Amino acid sequence: MSLLSVENISKRYANGVLAVDDVSLSVAPGEIVGIVGESGCGKSTTAKIILKRLEPDRGTVRFAGHDLADVRGRRLRSLRARFQLVPQSPQTALDPRMTVGAAIAFNLRVHGWSRAKIPDRVDEMLDQVGIAPRLRDRYPHELSGGQVQRVAIARALATGPDLLVCDEAVSALDKSVQAQVLNLLARLQRERGIAILFISHDLGVVEHLCDRVAVMYLGRVVEEGPAEEIWARPRHPYTQALLSAIPGESRSRIVLAGDPPDPADAPAGCAFHTRCPRAVEECARRRPDLLPLAAPHRDACALSTSAVPV
Amino acid sequence: MSAPEDTPLLEIEHLSVTFGAAHAVRDVSLRLDPGGTVVVLGESGSGKSVTARSVLRLPGRRASVRGRIRLAGCDLFALDEKAMRQVRGRDIGFVPQDPNSSLDPLRRIGTQVEEVLQVHGAVADRRARRARVAELLALVGIPNPARTARSYPHELSGGMRQRVVIAMAVACAPRLIIADEPTTALDVTVQAQVLDLFTTLQRELGTALLLVTHDVGVAAELAADVVVMYAGRIVERGPAAAVLTAPAHPYTAGLLGARPRPGLRRGELAAIPGGPPPATEVVDAACAFAPRCGRAEPACSATAPELRDVGPGRAAACLLPIAPLQEVGA
Repeated sequence: MSLLSVENISKRYANGVLAVDDVSLSVAPGEIVGIVGESGCGKSTTAKIILKRLEPDRGTVRFAGHDLADVRGRRLRSLRARFQLVPQSPQTALDPRMTVGAAIAFNLRVHGWSRAKIPDRVDEMLDQVGIAPRLRDRYPHELSGGQVQRVAIARALATGPDLLVCDEAVSALDKSVQAQVLNLLARLQRERGIAILFISHDLGVVEHLCDRVAVMYLGRVVEEGPAEEIWARPRHPYTQALLSAIPGESRSRIVLAGDPPDPADAPAGCAFHTRCPRAVEECARRRPDLLPLAAPHRDACALSTSAVPV
Repeated sequence: MSAPEDTPLLEIEHLSVTFGAAHAVRDVSLRLDPGGTVVVLGESGSGKSVTARSVLRLPGRRASVRGRIRLAGCDLFALDEKAMRQVRGRDIGFVPQDPNSSLDPLRRIGTQVEEVLQVHGAVADRRARRARVAELLALVGIPNPARTARSYPHELSGGMRQRVVIAMAVACAPRLIIADEPTTALDVTVQAQVLDLFTTLQRELGTALLLVTHDVGVAAELAADVVVMYAGRIVERGPAAAVLTAPAHPYTAGLLGARPRPGLRRGELAAIPGGPPPATEVVDAACAFAPRCGRAEPACSATAPELRDVGPGRAAACLLPIAPLQEVGA
C-alpha cells in the first residue's frame, strides 16, 4: 500500500493561475520519488498541498490511509510528525536567534515530547546527520551552509517521520557540500527505510537519488516512470529537451523555442505544443492523457509510441 | 585604445582584494586574448565574482584593491572615474546574475537599451538609434523586438530579461563581455538558449568572454580555458577539456567527484568533507584546501603552493598534484 497517495489534485490560485492540474502520484514506504520541472510547473504547489499548507480545489491526499482533508487538530499534529518538510534555503530554514539544538528541541516539543527526553534525542539526531553534538549550542550563522541544511534535516527527522518532503533541499548548496546532503538522504533511506518526496529542478540530482520520477510541465505530469528509464529513454518531447539542456552532458541539444508559457494563460490542447519541436495540428486541440494506464513508465504525448492503443 | 597584435585583451596581474580582515582575492593573475573565452569556476566565497567585478572597478563597497588590470594595454586602475564609466559599457559589457539589478522597472526596455547607445555616443542619430535597438533585441533572440522595446521589464520572463541585459552589454560592440553567473537564475531549457547565445555572439562579433560560474557543466559546455578558484586563489588553470576530465588539483578533482552522474545511482558521492574556510581565516603560508584534502601531507599546511606547470597550457597550485591521466576521484 502507498504511504502517500495523491489523487487527481488541482489548484487554481486567486489570480487565475491553474498551478496544479489533475496531478496524481504515490510514494510507497521506503521509496524515493522525484518531482522535476522548471519554475512555474507546479511542483512547489503540489508540495504545499501534500503538506496541508494549502487546500486543493479538487482531489485527495492520503497519508498512511488517512484522507488529509478529514484530519484536524491533535490527530493532524500526530500525523504531521510522520511527514516532515526539509525546506529549500538553509539560511531561512532555521530561526537565526535559536541555537540549532533549540530548533530541533522546538520541533519535538510541538509534537508532544517530554522535556526529559528531548536533550538526548537532539544529540542523537545531530549525530545521525553527521554533526558533532557539541555543536548543539551554535547559532546557524556559525555553521556552514551544508551543516545548516543537515540541521534542518535533523529537525525533520527528530519526530520519527516515515516520509520527508524535500523542496529544492540541496539546490542552494555548493556542489562539494550538496554531495554530503545527498549521501545523507540516501543513507536515511537505506538504513531507516525513510521514504522521500524529492522536489527539484536539477535532473542530474533527481536521477541519482530517486527510484521514480514525475516530470511536470505547466501544472501537469507529462511523464513518469523509473528514474533510470527516464534518464536513458525519455519519451515525452519535453523530458527529452529538458535532459538535452543539461550543460556539459553529451546528449545532442534540443533547443526549445521561447519560454514556458504564462501559467495564467496556458495554451489549449497539450500545454507543451507551443514549444514542441514535434507538434502536429492535433496537439493544439486535444490534451493527451498519461498512458498506458497503470504501466510503470507513462507519458502524456499524442505522438508517443505508448499513445498507440494496444 | 589601441595595442599591438600580440597584446592580450585583458591582463590581470597579482590582483588582491580585501574587505577589512576578509581577504577575498589573493594574488590572482590571468590573461584573455582578443575573442577568447575564460571561464572562472568556483564555489561561493571563492573570490570569482570579486575578481570579475574588479575588472569593472566595481569590486564592492569598502574593498581595498592591489595589483594591476590592463585592458588592451591600458591600465584600468590609472583611469579617473569619468574615463572608467566610458570603459564600462563601451569597451566592457557586463551581464550580472540577476537581470533585475541592471534594469529600471519603471522604464521601457527600448529606452534602456537606447540609453546605452546614447551615453557612449555609439549612434548619434535618434532614428538610427531606434533601429539599432530593434536590431540588438533581434540579435539576442527576442521575438517581436518592436513590441518588446515598448514593454516594461516586469512584462518579460526572466529569460527574456536576461536577453535584454545581454543586448545592453553588446550594444556598443565591446571587446570584452564579463558575465557573472549569467544563467544561474534561469531554468535549464532557457539556460541552454542563453549559453548558445553567448557562443553565437562571440562568433559574430568577435567579443572576448570572461564568464564566472559555479557550474562545472557550464564550463565544459563553453569548452574554454578554465580557471578554478578556491579561497581567493587560482588553484588550477588550463583548457576545459583537459582540466575537467583529468584534473591536477585535488580540489578540482573533488568538485568533479561530488557531481551526481549516471551509473552511480544512489551510490556514495565523493563529497569533500567540511566547507571552505571563511575569507577572514585563510592564512598565506599554507594551502587553503589542505584541511579538506585527502592527499594532504604535513608540508601542505606549512607552504602556500605556487601555480606550476602540470602539462601543456596547464598549471596547478599543489605540492602533490594528481598525475595526468589518472582517473577522477582515484
